[in-house]
Amino acid sequence: MDLNLSEEQRLFKDGIERLLGDNYSFADRRKYLGDKHGFSESMWQRYAEVGILGLPFSETEGGFGGGAVETMIVMESFGKALILEPYFATVVLAGGVLRYGASDAQKAKFIPAITEGNVKLAFAYAEPQSRYDLFDVETLAREDAGGWVLNGTKSLVLHGEAADKIIVSARTAGDPRDKDGIGLFLVDGNAPGLRRRGYPTQDALRAADITLENVRVNAAGVIGDAAGAFPIISRVADEASAALCAEAVGCLAEMLATTLDYLKMRKQFGTPIGTFQVLQHRAADMFIELEQSRSITLYATMMAGEDDSRIRERAISAAKAQIGQSVKTLGRQAIQLHGGIGMTMEYAIGHYFKHITMIDTLFGDVDYHLSRLAALGGLFGEEAIEQAN
Amino acid sequence: MDLNFTDDELAFRDEVRAFCRSALPTDIRDKLIAGRHPSKDDKVRWTRILAQKGWAVPHWPVEYGGTDWSPVKQHIFSEEVSQTPAPEPAGSGINLVGPVIYTFGTETQKEYFLPRIINVDDWWCEGFSEPDAGSDLASLKTRAVRDGNHYVVNGQKIWTTLAQYSDWIFCLVRTNPDGKKQQGISFLLINLKTPGVTVRPIQLFDGYHEVCEVFFDDVRVPLENRVGEENRGWEYAKFVLGNGRVTIACVGLSKERIRRIKELASHTKVSGDLLINRPDFRKKVAAVEVQLKALEMTQLRVVANSSKLQKDAQDPASSILKIKGSEIQQATAELLMDVVGPFALPYQSEEDFKHQEPSIGPEWAGPIAPAYFNGRKVPIYSGSDEIQKNIIAKVVLGLSSKSA
Repeated sequence: MDLNLSEEQRLFKDGIERLLGDNYSFADRRKYLGDKHGFSESMWQRYAEVGILGLPFSETEGGFGGGAVETMIVMESFGKALILEPYFATVVLAGGVLRYGASDAQKAKFIPAITEGNVKLAFAYAEPQSRYDLFDVETLAREDAGGWVLNGTKSLVLHGEAADKIIVSARTAGDPRDKDGIGLFLVDGNAPGLRRRGYPTQDALRAADITLENVRVNAAGVIGDAAGAFPIISRVADEASAALCAEAVGCLAEMLATTLDYLKMRKQFGTPIGTFQVLQHRAADMFIELEQSRSITLYATMMAGEDDSRIRERAISAAKAQIGQSVKTLGRQAIQLHGGIGMTMEYAIGHYFKHITMIDTLFGDVDYHLSRLAALGGLFGEEAIEQAN
Repeated sequence: MDLNFTDDELAFRDEVRAFCRSALPTDIRDKLIAGRHPSKDDKVRWTRILAQKGWAVPHWPVEYGGTDWSPVKQHIFSEEVSQTPAPEPAGSGINLVGPVIYTFGTETQKEYFLPRIINVDDWWCEGFSEPDAGSDLASLKTRAVRDGNHYVVNGQKIWTTLAQYSDWIFCLVRTNPDGKKQQGISFLLINLKTPGVTVRPIQLFDGYHEVCEVFFDDVRVPLENRVGEENRGWEYAKFVLGNGRVTIACVGLSKERIRRIKELASHTKVSGDLLINRPDFRKKVAAVEVQLKALEMTQLRVVANSSKLQKDAQDPASSILKIKGSEIQQATAELLMDVVGPFALPYQSEEDFKHQEPSIGPEWAGPIAPAYFNGRKVPIYSGSDEIQKNIIAKVVLGLSSKSA
C-alpha cells in the first residue's frame, strides 16, 4: 500500500498548478467567460501543449498513458482554478468512451486529434426522462442501408454546443429501461437533422439539449457493440464520477483557503473575526469535510479502474455520496463565514459554491448513490447479510 | 499510489488474522461480539497471549520489546485485532505510560516498568483530569511538595479509568504553583497501594463502574518515580495525548459494529419484513459506512505519511481522527438501537449474565442500550470534540485565539 504521489506525479502536479497559477486568476477566468463558447481557446491549446489533453490515452493510441491518479491531479487543479474549458466533456467523458469502446480505427482518428487540441467532443448520455439512470434511453437508432438512423432527444449535454463530434447513446433493441440494447454513436456536431440548443449552466459552463431527427450515422460511427454498450457507459460514468470528486476537492480546498484568509483579515468588534471561537469551530468543521473528501476521493480514484462492476460501483457511490454531503456542509459554511460579500457575483466564493452544487447533480446525487450503495450491500460486513439469508 | 497491500503485507495480515482467531479465548470473543465490556482478567489474559507471541507492544521500539513493523503493518495489526474482535492490548500501560517511560524515563525506570507493562504485571491508569481541570487541564491543582527524597502529594484526580483495578497511576501534579500554569507541572508514577491513596469508583449512567475518583492525602512518592525533569510534565502530557495514536479513530471497531448491525438486522423482523431488506434502513447504514470508509482512508493517509514526517511532527489530517471516529461510533450505536427496537427497554446487568439468567427479549439485546449510553463518553474523553476543534483551528488553520 502506498498513498503518496510518485515523484513524477508530483512534478506533473506542480506543472499544472504553475500553468494555472500564471494564467487562471479569477480575473482571467472572467475574461475567458466572454470568449466564444464561454471558455478560452488559447488555454485549450496550452493544455494540449503540456500534454493534459492526451493524458488518459495510452501511448500507443497517441496519448500519454496517465491513469486515474493523473486524472485526479488534473481535476483537482482544475477545480481549484474553476476552469471553464471542456476537459471533462472531451477528455474524461468522450475520451473515456473512446478508450473503453472505440475500434483501433476510431481511436486513430480521434485520439491524436483530441491530444493535439484539434477536436472537441461531447457525450450525450442523458435524456429528459432519465435523471441518473444511464440505461433509461428512449432515443432510437434504426439500422438502415448499412448505417444507422437516429431519432430522439438528448438533454444536458455538457459542452454539446461547442463539440465537433457528439457521442450519443441510443436504443437499438429492447424496452426503454433495459440495460441491453443500447448503442453508442459518433455523430457530427453539424450533421443534417441534428439541432442544438445551447445554454449556460448555473455555474457558467455550457450545455446543450440536442434533438435528432433522422440523423444518419454510418457503420464506422458505431462505438463497440451496437446492442451492448451499456457496460462502457457505466464504466465511463464511474470514472467520471471519480474525476468529479477530485474536481470538487480542488474547489473545497480553495474555498477553505479563501475563507481562512477572510477570517484572518476581516475585522469586527475591533478584532479579526477568526479569533471568535464559534467561527473557529465552523472553520474546523470545514477542514474535516475537506479531509474526508480528499480521503474518499483517493479511494474512488484507486477503485475507478476496477473491472468488477459491483466492487467499483460501491466505491464510486460511497465517494460521490460523501462528496455530495461535503460540498453542502463546507459550501454552506464558506458562504456564511463571508457574510454579505460571499453573496456577490464579483467575489469568487459564490462561483465555487455554484460549481460544487452542480457537481452533486452530475452522475447521481447523494440520495441516488446512497440508494445504489445500499442496494449493493454496503461497504462492510456484507457477508453478515448473506449468512443470514 | 496503490491502495492494494503488497504480497508481504497480505501474508502478514493473514498471519495476524489466523493467530487472533485461534489464540483468542472463545469466551472473550463472544463477550465482545455481544457488545459487553471485557473484564480486567479478559484483557490481561489476551495481552499475555500477545506478549508470548511478541505482539503485545508492536508500536514500541524493538529494544524495549516492540517490533520493527512498518506503519502499514502496525495498522493491519490493530485492524485485525479489533475486527476479530479482540480487546485492545491492556490500555493505559501499553499505550500511554509505556511510551512516556521509554522516551523520557531513566534506565532504572525502563528496566523495572517496561517488562511489567508488557506482561501486565501492573495495571495502569491515567491521573490527569481533576474536578476543576477538565478541558483546561493545565490548571490542575494536585500538589507535590518535596520532602527529602520524596514528594508529598495532596489532591484529587477524577475520571480515572478502571482505577479500582489498577496497581499504578501516572499523574500530572503541580510542583511549582508560580508562573505560567503549564510550566509548573511534573509527571509522577504512583503506586496505588501507597498509604494515603483512596480510590472511589464512579458509576456511569449505563450502570458500569468504568471510572473513579482518586484522592491523595499526604502520599509519599519517591523522587525516582518522577519521569523526566521537574516542571516539564506538560510536555510529557502532550506527548501522551498526541502520541500519533491513529487507533483513536476506532475504525476496526466500527467496521465490526457495522457487520454486527447487518447480521442482527438480518434476523430481525419489522412489520413482517426483515429489517435488512428495508431500503430506508439500508440507506441509513450506508450513510454511516460512507463516512467510515472516508475515515479509514484518512487514517491510512496518516499511516502512509507517518514515516515521512519529522519526529514529533503531526499530520494535520490526524486531528480529525478522533472527532470523526467518535461521530461514527455514536452513529453505529444509534443504528444498533434502531435494530433492537423495543427490547432496548429491559435493564440486564453483568450480574445477570454471570448467573446465566434467561435473557429478556433476544439474547443479544441486553447490552445495546448501555453501549449507546456509554458511547456518549467518546466525544468527551481524551480532549473533547470542542478542544479538538480548538486545536485544528489554532495549529492547522492558523486562527489565533486573541486579537493580533
